[in-house]
Parts: sequence; C-alpha cells; structure tokens
Amino acid sequence: MSDVTKLIHEYLRHNKKFPHVFCAGCGHGIVLGSLVRSVHALQLQKDNVVIVAGIGCSGRMAAYVDFNTVHTAHGRALTFATGIKMANPELNVICVMGDGDALSIGGNHLIHAARRNIGVTALVLNNQIYGMTGGQCSPATPQGDMSMTSPFGSLEQPFDTVELAKAAGANFVARSTSFHANQLDKLMQQAIVHPGFSVLEALSPCPTQYGRKNKFRNVVDMYNWLKKNTVKVEKQKEGDTRIPTGVFQNLDRPGLEERYVELRQSLQAEE
Amino acid sequence: MKELQHIERFEIRLSGTGGQGLITLGRVLGHSLALGHGYNVTQTQSYGPEARGGSSRADVVISSSAISFPKTENLDLLIALSQPACNAYYRFLKRGGVLLVDSELVQHAPTNQFIGLPFTKLAKDKIGNELTLNTIVLGAVTHLLSFAEPRIMRKSLEEILPPKIQALNIKAFNLGLREAKRHLGDAPMIWQTAAENGVEEEMEGFED
Amino acid sequence: MAHRRRRKRKEIFAQGNEAVAQGALLAGCTFYAGYPITPSTEIMEIMAQRLPRTEDGVFLQMEDEIASMGAAIGASLTGRKAMTATSGPGFSLKQELIGYACMVEAPMVIVNVMRGGPSTGLPTSPAQGDVQMARWGTHGDHPIIVLSASTVPECLEMTVVAFNMAEKYRTPVILLIDEVTAHTREKISIPFEDELEVLSRMQPAVPPEWFKPYAEAARGVPAMAAIGQGYRCHVTGLTHDQMGYPTSRPDEVNEFMTRLFRKIDNYYHDVLIVDEYQLEDAEYAVVAYGCVARSAHHAVDQARARGHKVGLLTLKTLFPFARPAVEKLCMQCEHILVPEMNMGQISREVKRVNNGRTRIRTLNRVDGQIITPSEILKAIL
Repeated sequence: MSDVTKLIHEYLRHNKKFPHVFCAGCGHGIVLGSLVRSVHALQLQKDNVVIVAGIGCSGRMAAYVDFNTVHTAHGRALTFATGIKMANPELNVICVMGDGDALSIGGNHLIHAARRNIGVTALVLNNQIYGMTGGQCSPATPQGDMSMTSPFGSLEQPFDTVELAKAAGANFVARSTSFHANQLDKLMQQAIVHPGFSVLEALSPCPTQYGRKNKFRNVVDMYNWLKKNTVKVEKQKEGDTRIPTGVFQNLDRPGLEERYVELRQSLQAEE
Repeated sequence: MKELQHIERFEIRLSGTGGQGLITLGRVLGHSLALGHGYNVTQTQSYGPEARGGSSRADVVISSSAISFPKTENLDLLIALSQPACNAYYRFLKRGGVLLVDSELVQHAPTNQFIGLPFTKLAKDKIGNELTLNTIVLGAVTHLLSFAEPRIMRKSLEEILPPKIQALNIKAFNLGLREAKRHLGDAPMIWQTAAENGVEEEMEGFED
Repeated sequence: MAHRRRRKRKEIFAQGNEAVAQGALLAGCTFYAGYPITPSTEIMEIMAQRLPRTEDGVFLQMEDEIASMGAAIGASLTGRKAMTATSGPGFSLKQELIGYACMVEAPMVIVNVMRGGPSTGLPTSPAQGDVQMARWGTHGDHPIIVLSASTVPECLEMTVVAFNMAEKYRTPVILLIDEVTAHTREKISIPFEDELEVLSRMQPAVPPEWFKPYAEAARGVPAMAAIGQGYRCHVTGLTHDQMGYPTSRPDEVNEFMTRLFRKIDNYYHDVLIVDEYQLEDAEYAVVAYGCVARSAHHAVDQARARGHKVGLLTLKTLFPFARPAVEKLCMQCEHILVPEMNMGQISREVKRVNNGRTRIRTLNRVDGQIITPSEILKAIL
C-alpha cells in the first residue's frame, strides 16, 4: 500500500459521504493534505487534535478528517477555538479559516487572538475571493481585480494577513502557497508545535470563481502565477515586489492558557 | 439579645448627589438590619451613568415579614442630602413620615416639619474627611430608628469596610449618633411629633 | 437527617447578580466568557474573582459579545458547564450563536439582565422588553427554554435550574432577569452542595466505533461526548444526520428537527415552573413575572385585605409557555390582568391561550420604572 493510501485510511473519515466539495484545481485539497501529513509527521494523537473551521469552502475541510472537528459559524471559528483551548489546554487546536472568515467577518477575533496569544494554530486559506457564495469580493481581493461584487474592479486595498498578524502580536507568523507543498508542510509543522498563537497563511487558488473572472485561462496558469510571483523572504531583495513566503515572526511568549494555569496554581497556593 | 421589635413595613429613601456614598450607605444599613438585626430587608438603587455627580438614591425597605415589593412607595423616612433630591422626593413621604436633611445643602425645605444636621460640614470639620459623610448619616439614622442597635451597626461597618478606613468610620458613626441625640431630641418624640402633624393634616383634608 | 438541620447556611446580603454567580458556581459552572455591559457586569466581575480560585475554573473576558458566546459553546463541547451574561444590546449580538448552540445541542446558560430598549435605550433602568426576543431571537425554527426570577433567592435557585435543564435537555437555556432584580439586595442563604440537585449531561455508553453522536439516547436527547474523550465527532451548524454529518435529505432533516422540538415539548411537566398564590378561590388573577411579580404579590395582599378574591400566577418558566396553568385560570377567573414592563409580550401569549374564554387586561409601562403595587391595585379594583 502506498504511503498516501495509508494516510488516507488513517486520517480521512470513511463514514463521511465523499466526494468533497472542492472544485477541480482548487488549492484547498493540497492544504488539507499538508495538514494531514503534518499531524502524521508530528505524531499527534488523533483524539487530541481539534479542527475548528469557519464557513465557506475552507470550512468544509473539517468534516473530512478523522479528528475532533467543529464546523462553526461564519467568522467565529477562533472564538470557539479559544474556548476549547482554555477549557482543555492538552488539546492541539487548529483553526481553519478562509480570507473572509479571518480577515472580514472574523477580523476582530483574529487580532484579539493574536493579542491574547491563545495557543491555537490559525490556518488562513487565502483564495482572494468568496468562493462558496459565488465569487464576491473579499478583503483579500487585490485592488483592481474583478468579482461579482466588484464588476468594475475592486477599489479597496486588500489586507496583508502576515503584516496584520505580525502587528497584532501573533507569536508565529508564516506564509506559503498550495504550489509550494514541501515548504507548506514544513511551515505547517512549525506553526502547529509553536506555543502561543500561530498564523499560517496559505495562498490557495480558486480557479472557478477568481480565476475565470481575472483572465486565468486555466488552472495551470494560476499555479504558474504562484510560482512566478512569490519568493522566499530570505532571498527577497529590495525593490522585489513579489509576495514573500516563509517565517515572518517567531516570538517566544507563553500562551494564554499556560499563563492562566500558572495564575490558578498561584492562587491555590495562596489559600 | 433584645427581642426584635415588630415592623409591618418601613420604607427609607437615601437621596442626594452621586459621590456622596449613598449606595454604600444603603448597603451598610441593609446589611446590618438584615444579617445583624435579623429583619427582612430589600435595598434597591437608582443611578445615572455617571460614577460621580448626577443624582443618586438608594431605597431600603424593612419588615418583620417577607417583603414583596422591593421598592418604596410611601416613605417613612426620607433623607435628602441635596436640594434637588429634597424637591423631587418630598411628595413620596407619607403622613407621619420624617424628613431628614443636610441643613447646609438643603436651604429651602418644602415644609417646616423637618429635622436636619450639617452632615457635610461635620464630616469636613470634625472628622477631616468629607467622604465620611455617609457614615455620619448612618449614625444619625441609627438614632432615629428605635429598632436599630448602634452596637450591631458598628459591627456591620467593620464587616463591610476595608480595615484601613474602619477606625475613621467608627468615629464618624459615633459623631452622627451623638449629634443626632443632642440636636434632634429623643427618637420616640420625633416620630410622635411627625405622626401628630400627619393626623392634623389629614383632619384638615377631611374638612374640605 | 437531623444532623443536616444543625448546619448553619452562610447568609449574605447580596444583589440578584451576585446570586446568579453563586448559583452558577453551585451548579458546577467552570467556564465563563463575557463582555462588560450594564446592568449585568457584576455577574462577570464575581466570576473573574471566583473562577481562577477553583480547581479548574476558567474566566475569559472576550473581545465582544459574539466571541463570548463562541468561547462558551467551545467550552461546552469539551464537557464544561459554561455561562455568559449580558444585557439587551449584547443579547442581540449573541443571537446567531444561540441558534448554533440550539443546532449542535450544546448545553449552556445565557443570562440576560433586561434594561430599557430598543438600541442603547436606558442602560441603568429596568424593562422586560426582551421576552419575545429570548424566544424567537435567533433565526430559524427552534425550541428554547427561557426562565426568569423575581427575587434575589430566586436568582440563585433559577440559575441552578437553568444549568440543570441545559444539561438534561442538551440545550441553551436563557435566564431573563431585569435590572431591579439584578440590583436589589436581599438576604440569601447559600445552600450546601449536598442540598442541591445538580445534573450533568448524559455520556456515551458505547465505544467510539458504535457511537452515533446525534442519535436519540433517552427522552429525545442524544448522549454527548466531550472533545478529547476519544470519540472524535463532527459538530456542525449545518442540519446534520445522526452521525453529525451535514445532510439535506428531507427524511433526515425532518427527523432531526422534530426530535429537537420533541425533546423539550414532551417534558412540559418538568420544564414548566410556576408559582401559584391565592389562586384556589380567585375570581380575578394576575399573571406576572420578574420584578413585576413582586409588585403584583403586594397588590394581591392589599386587594385580599379589602375582601377581593384576587390571586397571582408567577411565571418562572416563560418559554415554553405555561399553557396548562394559564388555561386553568382562563376557565376559572372572570378577569386576568397581565402587568409587564413592555407593550404586551407575555399578554400576547396569555391571549393566545385564552382563545376568547375570559377577559384579559394588560397593564404596560415602558418608562424605565417598575410597575408599582398601587398601579396594579388600581387596575384590579
């Protein structure tokens, strides 16, 4: 049996009615694969892994994997994840969100999770569009790009997930793409084991909704675009406008749940 | 321990300006009458959004039996520590009820049937701390209420207040008690006078 | 149990909000997430003081009202008894996730201390304007339990009842109190732990490979596995089948929705709590709840003293509506008065149950002041 088949048997839910919802060419499956490979490589107990997902294409990922999975409401995944981690700090809580979840409706939760440094791994699958609802403009849609709700090109400047998470004080911030699967695996593992709040942005193409509206003739064009327009942050020279990938912030602050347990212990010692 | 005096329903309103410590006063009074004395007590409050300034009031209802309505409708005792409070609440005083004012802050009482002490001035001059105003009022109120025991009130003050300010507040409480005894006369007399005035008014009303 | 009687309960002179916090701790609440809002803030402040001092208690101040709901549901899914408290504007914000809690059948308690509304309204004044919102606030058809309390000791008692019902029926329970009840101070005696019945959710009785997380276990309620217990379930706000996976098959959807209602509707005898006072021979009845029930109690006493046959029905469960108790009054009394601090939210229910049998009168006040006994007395006489 091939390694991939073994992983599929071990980590995908065979009682779930496949096929999945992802379109052909969608990058989300690659990110999901990376997540499974990372959990396997880190030898995490399935019983202790919790996937908390938002709404949208990325939100559907939770149903396919054989962990504890919670498919929450739009934008609120991080609030559930915070409650779960605080209630049981032993769990590995991984929060899967799209760009709409993390940057728009749940933007407040993202910056506050970073500020309070809760021990959760936030995985932001950025496809620069609202895919499931039919291709509307998101806060990650590049300025000038087309969508159903920006038919004349988006006027607004998009958020940079990495810069936002860094500024809000996230302990670990990284970016990769679904083209760079090996790098994604490596960063995913780092993000999961890093204490405190980690943010990993994965640029993940949406050929059906974003590609068609923005002159990508086929799926391969979109992956080629990722290849051409990204650069490892270590190799990026001044004036290079390509999107940097890699690790952008690596701090060593203890997670909120650790500090809370310490507080509780010190209060009990007092009594 | 003395046997508890039977009270049907006794309503007190403490009113004035925010920052005078009226809600704390209501809390101490209620705490003491409920837990120390053993009465049924409800204490409610009404306040604006301001932490300081603005109007403020606390209501205390005391009874030997269970209290249904927790707020006040017919006041037995109205304490007014500002002119606006006095004007606003005087009409809720029942016939035979007593009006107690800060005689410096309430210059124009709407009736000549009232008693007063310069609480704020006493706090400033005799205690040297304006914040003890509410505890001086508590002393005076304890004197006015025949069912309130000074000893138990002092104990309740000690239970509620942080240790740092207890001595000062006990001093203020004793001052209020003493001043009330000296200037307001014996408690039964005050209520008797009020009751008689009430009866007279009622008679007049009857003749119309 | 003679030795029990000898123990002296601890007595405190406390506010309704404090009694709610005490009740929550006695009921086994170990998780609180909230956001400050007048007039419920004292509940949060007490939990902030108390929970970190308990063995595994967690207190969290979240970034907003929605996040507080999310964190509390998350904690509930890990097996915790969780609570959040708020007031009008915050209660509006929590509505979407109240629906989520109904959908995934997450037990939890939401306290709403009602203040004047709509919008920012009267932050420091009492009202009873959120009654129908508590029932129908979240979108979609759903059952819910809404409780209320009118005195400080009742705040403690009903908070314990709220947690017990939440656990027993796997549902969010809303405790509606008002600013008067929340801020009135009264003497309460704290019961000993063994004096109270405290319920916990049903746990799976089968190994993970046999477990169906949304299959009825008893009374229409499924057993609940905690995250991390080895069951690795899927929880979703999408309509789901017995395994917890999304479904749109009409037969599965219908089975799920009807069970959701049935688990509460079939247990009215357990869920409906009312207090009857002087009703045996009453010709005139007052139906009230919250702080207004106290005014009504006073008014009933005054009316009885004058020889009028008046009684009081106090609703401690607001929803599901106490149909049997109210129906009885509709047959027995010539008049029913429903005083409330809104323009008629419970009187609407009373009229529905009455179905034209007797005369229903309303007494409404929306000026941020409690309805007084004399107003009720005037309406009765």
